[in-house]
Amino acid sequence: MTLIETENHMRLLIIEDDRESADYLVKAFREVGYVADLASDGEEGLSLADTGDYDVLVIDRMLPKRDGLSVIGTLRDKGNRTPALILSALGQVDDRIKGLRAGGDDYLPKPYSFAELLARVEVLSRRHGGPTEEMVYRVGDLELDRLSHRVVRGKDELTLQPREFRLLEYLMKHAGQVVTRTMLLENVWDYHFDPQTNVIDVHISRLRSKIDKGFERPLLHTIRGAGYMIRDGIR
Amino acid sequence: MTAFGKLIRTTAFRLTLVYLLLFALFAASLLGYFAWNTRRLITEQITTTVNGEFSELNDLFTRRGVRGLIYAIENRALRPGANLYLVTTPTGQAVAGNVAALGNGVMATQGWSETIYHRLDEEQQAPHRALVRVSELSNGFRLLVGRDLDERKRIFGIVAKAAQWSMLIVVVLGLAGGVFVARRVLRRIDAMTGTTRRIMEGDLSGRLPVGRSGDELDRLADSLNAMLERIEALMTGLKEVSDNIAHDLKTPLTRLRNRAEEALATSGSEAEYRAALERTIEESDGLIRTFNALLMIARAESGQVNGNMEDFDAADIANGIHELYEPLAEDKGITLRVVTQPARLHGNRELVSQALANLVENAIKYGKPEPSIQPPGPLVAVGADEPGQTEILIEARREGDSVLLSVTDHGPGIPEADRKHAVERFVRLEASRTQPGSGLGLSLASAVATLHRGELRLSDADPGLRVTLAIPALSGEGLAVQTQSLESHPV
Repeated sequence: MTLIETENHMRLLIIEDDRESADYLVKAFREVGYVADLASDGEEGLSLADTGDYDVLVIDRMLPKRDGLSVIGTLRDKGNRTPALILSALGQVDDRIKGLRAGGDDYLPKPYSFAELLARVEVLSRRHGGPTEEMVYRVGDLELDRLSHRVVRGKDELTLQPREFRLLEYLMKHAGQVVTRTMLLENVWDYHFDPQTNVIDVHISRLRSKIDKGFERPLLHTIRGAGYMIRDGIR
Repeated sequence: MTAFGKLIRTTAFRLTLVYLLLFALFAASLLGYFAWNTRRLITEQITTTVNGEFSELNDLFTRRGVRGLIYAIENRALRPGANLYLVTTPTGQAVAGNVAALGNGVMATQGWSETIYHRLDEEQQAPHRALVRVSELSNGFRLLVGRDLDERKRIFGIVAKAAQWSMLIVVVLGLAGGVFVARRVLRRIDAMTGTTRRIMEGDLSGRLPVGRSGDELDRLADSLNAMLERIEALMTGLKEVSDNIAHDLKTPLTRLRNRAEEALATSGSEAEYRAALERTIEESDGLIRTFNALLMIARAESGQVNGNMEDFDAADIANGIHELYEPLAEDKGITLRVVTQPARLHGNRELVSQALANLVENAIKYGKPEPSIQPPGPLVAVGADEPGQTEILIEARREGDSVLLSVTDHGPGIPEADRKHAVERFVRLEASRTQPGSGLGLSLASAVATLHRGELRLSDADPGLRVTLAIPALSGEGLAVQTQSLESHPV
């Protein structure tokens, strides 16, 4: 897990019929170094995605000619496993589950922030092509053993609560990637709602006090307007 | 459509007509059967009488000869209401009797026959009908004994007349009854239609009249009223939402716009622009949250999230939410405690979690003891003599058929009068206007309760507020409630 991977040109297919949001997405993704293609209806999206040239698909739920879920379903039937993120205005519990059942890998309700979308797309692409599940995660001198549940920073062994361990585990699994609060809430706590308060921040600051306090180099960083990232070194 | 046209088009009237027809047929066949039987009976009686007389006369003839027979017949023929008699010679010459004329060939055929005749004493009148028996005597003379059939005709006439009248009465009464019933039904239907029209025109408070008879129309009106009740509640909700959207969504939108405008107007440094943009994003995130909450409430209230119902333990939910919020509460100087006992229920885990999270967030936001009671200063921040004052308790337990998930704080509470109000969308009681939040927390919890056929109860924790989400428990586990309570203390 090195940072260089994010610099690779990731190929992205956006299937979205609304011209303005599609253009915005293409532009925004290109700005962060992606190769982003656009399809404006379900059929076009399906035939493009079918080429298998993409690392991640971003698919709107409601599309002309062919529904977003049907696009994913057809791809999966053909054995195409390109990670797909579903964007939907129907951002409720039921729809998310429907989307994931249809073969989607992640689900983001509209309106979304680009930071959130970017973070999720990065995680998806990493999941797809990146290294498989390692037993030990390492970031700098921080080491997390997923089997023995031991966390060591330098020479010190850290004592974490079970939830803190899972939080750190998730962050380290996606080291070098921005992880949003919603992603943490979904993946560490399995809640899919927006808390109105900064619950996650408090958990992070507790974790931070355990892993970073007293050490010269902080590893757990807050990314403004987006979320958190664990990484070694300052870029 | 004329009033009459409307009347005869009613189901009640049509049914009456059908019944009328059936009854008429029934009455007619009954009367027909009666008439036929009467006729048979009279005929039988006549036959018996004639036969009796015939054998008597035959007897007489055997004993006394033609002369005796003729004598007896002359004698009998004169009696009032006498039968018909005729004795003819072998050549057909009438020698005795009271018959002046007969149908052709009657005397020639032996046995029974029906014929017209004239009596001797009333020759001028119209011919009568009679049932006669003719027999040849041993000397070639022929004897006829018969009886007038007028009686039979008369009785038959009476029956026929009775039949006519009764049919008439049946028809008239039936029609009248039909009209009466149809009009009654029609009046009620018209009342219903009228109310429905008014409701369609926008007066949703209208209700259909319900009688006391509890008949099918009343039941229909009852269920329609229930439907209207629901529709009105939904419409009121919708109206409230749109009213409140105007206020609670427009305010932050205006703020958003003003900030952007201000940032544009004042030429600032890049850092200033950045700050302004960040605030803008923050503000729009808040808006999105509010919007999502609204959508969620709307869907929960309309029962659209029934798809993901599962069985789960409310205790797990309580522990999970406690675990999530405990650090936040501690940061704010609040002790968040949880007490649970197994309480399984069937529902949408996600929504119940969210509802409980909202209650906990509310408690953290508003559930602090009123600072006004205490003199200012750092010394009294946490009064040593008032332990537990800054404590919030999450409970999950089973009570009767309900699973109760409650959050108790020790804040100022909500006055009794305001409690019902507090559940409504966007209502943030004056005291809490300054706190961030969409004001939808309680409404969402309430909608979630409704979705699970439960309710949200607000009660006094003295001091403080207890909000309880009561949801019907999973059936079949009624009495097997474990009383062991699992307590988890904050770290």
